[in-house]
Amino acid sequence: MNGRRILADFRVVYRSYTRNPIALFFSLVFPVILVGMFGVIFSATSSTTLTVYAVNDDHGSATSRAFLSALNNTSVVKISLAPVSSGDLAAWLGAHDHPVGLVIPRGFAANYSNGTTTNLTVYIDPQDEASSGAVLGAVQGVVDRFNLLAVCSPPASCAPVVGIRTANVGSPVFRYIDYLIPGLVGFSILTSPMFSLVDISSNYRKEGIFRELSLTPLSRAEWLTARVVWYVLLTFVSAGIMIGLGIYAFGAHVTLSAGLLPFLVVGPFFFVSLGMLCGSVAPTPESAAVIGNIVTFPMMFLSGTFFPVASFPPALRAVADVLPLYYVIDGMNQVMLFANMARAATDLLILVIASVIVFLLAVRTFRWRDE
Amino acid sequence: MAEAVEVSDLVKVYGELRAVDGIDVRVATGTVFAFLGPNGAGKTTTVEILEGLRRATSGTVRVLGLDPWRDGERLHRRIGVIPQDFRFFEKITAREAIEYYRELFGSRVDAGELLARVELLDKADARFDTLSGGQKQKLGLALALTNEPEVCFLDEPTTGLDPHARRAIWSVVRSLRAEGRTVFLTTHYLEEAELLADRVAVINRGRIIAAGTPREIIDAHGRPTRLKVRADASLAPLLKERLGLDARAANGQVEVDLRDHKDALRVLEAIEGSGLPWDALATETDTLEDVFVRLVGRMDEGTLSSEAPS
Repeated sequence: MNGRRILADFRVVYRSYTRNPIALFFSLVFPVILVGMFGVIFSATSSTTLTVYAVNDDHGSATSRAFLSALNNTSVVKISLAPVSSGDLAAWLGAHDHPVGLVIPRGFAANYSNGTTTNLTVYIDPQDEASSGAVLGAVQGVVDRFNLLAVCSPPASCAPVVGIRTANVGSPVFRYIDYLIPGLVGFSILTSPMFSLVDISSNYRKEGIFRELSLTPLSRAEWLTARVVWYVLLTFVSAGIMIGLGIYAFGAHVTLSAGLLPFLVVGPFFFVSLGMLCGSVAPTPESAAVIGNIVTFPMMFLSGTFFPVASFPPALRAVADVLPLYYVIDGMNQVMLFANMARAATDLLILVIASVIVFLLAVRTFRWRDE
Repeated sequence: MAEAVEVSDLVKVYGELRAVDGIDVRVATGTVFAFLGPNGAGKTTTVEILEGLRRATSGTVRVLGLDPWRDGERLHRRIGVIPQDFRFFEKITAREAIEYYRELFGSRVDAGELLARVELLDKADARFDTLSGGQKQKLGLALALTNEPEVCFLDEPTTGLDPHARRAIWSVVRSLRAEGRTVFLTTHYLEEAELLADRVAVINRGRIIAAGTPREIIDAHGRPTRLKVRADASLAPLLKERLGLDARAANGQVEVDLRDHKDALRVLEAIEGSGLPWDALATETDTLEDVFVRLVGRMDEGTLSSEAPS
């Protein structure tokens, strides 16, 4: 490996790329359009009816059912019974990304009848102020009505028989836009190098440009390295734009830390190599495009790019587990959303091993010329 | 004089096809060697073997004393190659292309001087995809010279070019020879070979069917110099009878084969002495192209197989 030759080739890549409006559009503008489009769509839907997951520990009492029914009749929330006990509700809400929940304690009906105060527990996500505020408001409205109707004499001397206490859900709850940012950064890491390298590797061979280069001291590994460097830099720029837009335009809650950087390096490294490998094994540019699409499209949609993999059915989750992009996106999710550095490190390790293997395979398979 | 290129009994087989069938080629250092042949004759396959791009099936190949296939990396630093229909990165300018190659080879050539040499300085900042076919070939030639090669392989460098671009490339070939560099020129323009080459080899169906200087090839395989006059057909038997020369009449002309320049004077005297009207006197000598067409035609007919020189 010779740094001077890699730099010379890097300059050719940079100039070729920056002078190609289509390549620039798909690398830098298209991801911004995606963030904008999805951000607008899902910001708008966040104001619709909220589902409140409830646990009714006052089993089957008419009063508790009436309370939930009254809450359901508001236009703000929709009640759905959670399949867990009240003790597990907070954790369950956190695990399933639900921002709000409600627990009606045992003895609610009896206490209401004899005028003893009972506190309902409303679980909220402090980071999701809009959802929390809406649900607290709706619950408070129904509580007030129940207190007014409580039997006591004289009515003015009655203390409230139903109260509210709040608790936080088991883990931070994220909104769609929070998942979308790492997903779209991953989308960009996948598509730019894959489509470009598949195209280059087949067309340069057909046009004889690789043949020209084979007559120079530039090695295949140096040629590939220059492209890896370029796509790493391009990824930093496009990721910066997308993350900035997500945070400042759509209020995404993502954590930026140094733990993100390895994914922005190893991700492009992997997909440059994979693109080269796909283009090299294809006999013609046309078949290269087909192979590239077959490899790229499942990853594009099944790796957690647009929707969290946790929300997939088990069969699709198993598919995601073997897709390299899943480890890029999951790793970034762990760093940017969950602060789970141990799992991020595992994702990174898998990616590094896969990248080295695919890089070596690409260098070995990639031929400057047919013979 | 040392040999820059030495090829002995070179064979290249693709399946059932013997693309190159036991050829011998020697090119002296500092000379221009033209490799001629019709399409599909085996020219490009041979050149690609010499460049280290293809592996020979059998035979010995040495370029600058190196085996091109085994020592390709070392050889490529010392040779320059311009292929047929040169292609490059579309968005890169001519100057940037030279600078790129200069960095790859660690060369110190001046991009401006090199572009001026191939008459492309006015297009130094034009991107490759905006250059004409001739300009692209000129850039290919400039790139082939970036590493100041000892041997240049030019594979049909002027095919499809306008006369101006073709002459510019010829001028560079001549200057390379003057600098003591060796040029291995593949072409199917006979005029180009005749003008530029010190030695020529003609290949057809994978075999060399003629080799030598253009003059030697014409002398060995061409027809005698002819004298032609526009005259009555009865002049032909008259000349044949009086001078014992081969004379023919066709299309209102009489054509006489000459053995030497003295024959020309004797023929003129005989024509004048015949009293027959005549005009439009001319002499005609075979060109390399005439010889090429005859040789290739005869080989295709199968009449050359027993007399092909190596």
